[in-house]
Amino acid sequence: MKKLLVGTALAAITTAGSAMADGHGTSACLITKTDTNPFFVKMKEGAEAAAEAAGMTLRSYAGKVDGDHETQVAAIETCIADGASGILLTASDTSSIVGAVTQARDAGLLVIALDTPLEPIDAADATFATDNFLAGELIGQWAAASLGDDAANAKIAMLDLAVSQPSVGVLRDQGFLQGFGIDLADPNVNGDEDDPRIVGNDVTQGNEEGGRRAMENLLAVDPGINVVYTINEPAAAGAYEALKSFGRENDVLIVSVDGGCPGVQNVADGVIGATAQQYPLQMAALGIAAIAQFAEDGTLPENTPGKDFFDTGVALVTDQPVDGVDSISVAEGTDLCWG
Amino acid sequence: MSADTDYDETTRKTSGPDTVAEFADTRKGFVSRLQHALHVNPALVPLFVLLASIVIFGLLLGSKFFSPFALTLILQQVQIVGIVAAAQSLVILTAGIDLSVGAIMVLSSVVMGQFTFRYGLPVEVAVTLGLVTGMICGYINGWLVAVMKLPPFIVTLGMWQIVLATNFLYSANETIRAQDIEANAPLLQVFATKFSVGGAVFTVGVVFMVVLMLILAYVLKHTAWGRHVYAVGDDPEAAQLSGVNVRKTLISVYMLSGLICAFAGWALIGRIGSVSPTSGQLANIESITAVVIGGISLFGGRGSILGALFGALIVGVFTLGLRLAGADAQWTFLLIGVLIIGAVAVDQWIRKVSA
Repeated sequence: MKKLLVGTALAAITTAGSAMADGHGTSACLITKTDTNPFFVKMKEGAEAAAEAAGMTLRSYAGKVDGDHETQVAAIETCIADGASGILLTASDTSSIVGAVTQARDAGLLVIALDTPLEPIDAADATFATDNFLAGELIGQWAAASLGDDAANAKIAMLDLAVSQPSVGVLRDQGFLQGFGIDLADPNVNGDEDDPRIVGNDVTQGNEEGGRRAMENLLAVDPGINVVYTINEPAAAGAYEALKSFGRENDVLIVSVDGGCPGVQNVADGVIGATAQQYPLQMAALGIAAIAQFAEDGTLPENTPGKDFFDTGVALVTDQPVDGVDSISVAEGTDLCWG
Repeated sequence: MSADTDYDETTRKTSGPDTVAEFADTRKGFVSRLQHALHVNPALVPLFVLLASIVIFGLLLGSKFFSPFALTLILQQVQIVGIVAAAQSLVILTAGIDLSVGAIMVLSSVVMGQFTFRYGLPVEVAVTLGLVTGMICGYINGWLVAVMKLPPFIVTLGMWQIVLATNFLYSANETIRAQDIEANAPLLQVFATKFSVGGAVFTVGVVFMVVLMLILAYVLKHTAWGRHVYAVGDDPEAAQLSGVNVRKTLISVYMLSGLICAFAGWALIGRIGSVSPTSGQLANIESITAVVIGGISLFGGRGSILGALFGALIVGVFTLGLRLAGADAQWTFLLIGVLIIGAVAVDQWIRKVSA
């Protein structure tokens, strides 16, 4: 039934599409994982501003919760039926969505994956994302350099995202370890390293509650932990609460990734030592520009040289810069922060 | 211990004011005696499982686990689920289920935080309004269940979505940072206040959870209202015919449940330091898990609320114990799944007792 409807809809737009091609304004779709996470809220703001500037119509869709695949598929189908020129998509289920994405591309839409690469990455026309491995590497290098000679005796807690090890969680975790100078074993798997400096890995679900519990669990394993990697800033804030209840908040180095405004403020307050900031607004704005370009003359966006996606940039935010690692100050980070 | 069977006024008259209705125990043999003992004291099974798991992890891990420090850490980790499980138990005892507990908890905590920081209300007022918010949500649940006669599962499934969406719309998913709360409204974090007794660390939240459970256990067992809750859960029509105001009892249960969830929201701020609209998403499932492992029957009318506390603690012991033993986090979920099914199997077996 669904297929039939889409088929009819497709037939309808092929005619409507050709009629619209001359002169009428183009439109684009933004499909995010949820519309509650500040990261996606900012992304939507960026897309709306860019669409307005380019004279395009933007329709936004979002899943109900992270992992809501059905709603995203329905949104893609709606966009095809709506005759949009392109789709910006942060996929919840990166491999299952490929079928719907292919359908959209076959219908002549430009599909750009934002933030989260599809599996395989070339299932989308282009991917505009943060280099999460690089983000991890920056905080790893910063942590090692801040500790100096003590890095050889560090006791590290790894606060990851989820037991299913989604790619963003693996890239940041492994990037951090690479930056810190730890052998990765298999770079596609978290927690398989045998370096004695790693006390353990635990999962946080990327929120305060999970961050606190994971930190407590690892402190119970070894109370001497002095370096904490966290998947994102809410998890870092939770870990800090745990450390505070152990009276350890002043002699542990916490590093994180994201660059949300509360997170950057936590860097200013010394809760987090350094965070790698990403730029959702930029991702969305560039995505809209690419769709506008494509609608005008069919030009496809190009990847950053040497990478299989377009890198929207990442910057280390800290007020304690170290030699050999580029960083921006908390003041600069605050100007660029989201959420 | 008195039997948690039907409340019978005439028996009470004949056997004196201190005993509740009881049945003569004429069974013989160990198995049927055990079955009967469990029927009378449904919290015995989870208590035994709890003690056994503490002993086993203690033997496996030694002092790392079997220390005042680690054991009280478990209490701190289960405090939120424990408090929510108290609310969930009340509803489940009336043969209902509350899927909206976590959402009510988070919305209440957001109201407490935002009313203080967005509108500049005195923090005491904001906290009170947060507690009232929880109670109102509970009242809506109760009204729909008791007056509109809608199934509790459907009502709370709907309220879960409504309350959660309200939470996100109202808060715009803004986190209020722990540092700001500490500086401007420390009352919000009062549940995090801790004190230690010889290596054991307790927080106000933990004490609140335990005291709440004890009070509810007493009230459920020894007051008319408490017996009415059991009676309504066991057989609402029979309860109605024996003069229990079923409608009033149900609404009061859901309101109390909402209020307890709001307290859980307050405790949540203490636990995570900040006010975060994305926390507590799994609190409904976790609380139902604790209640079921705690031997409270999902069919209503049977079980002890202390069982829910033991259930929450069992989950906490397994989580920390397996973590310290270096097991993959998935093993925790697997074992908790086994415990849930085991607990319901035991419940079914106990139900076969001819009492």
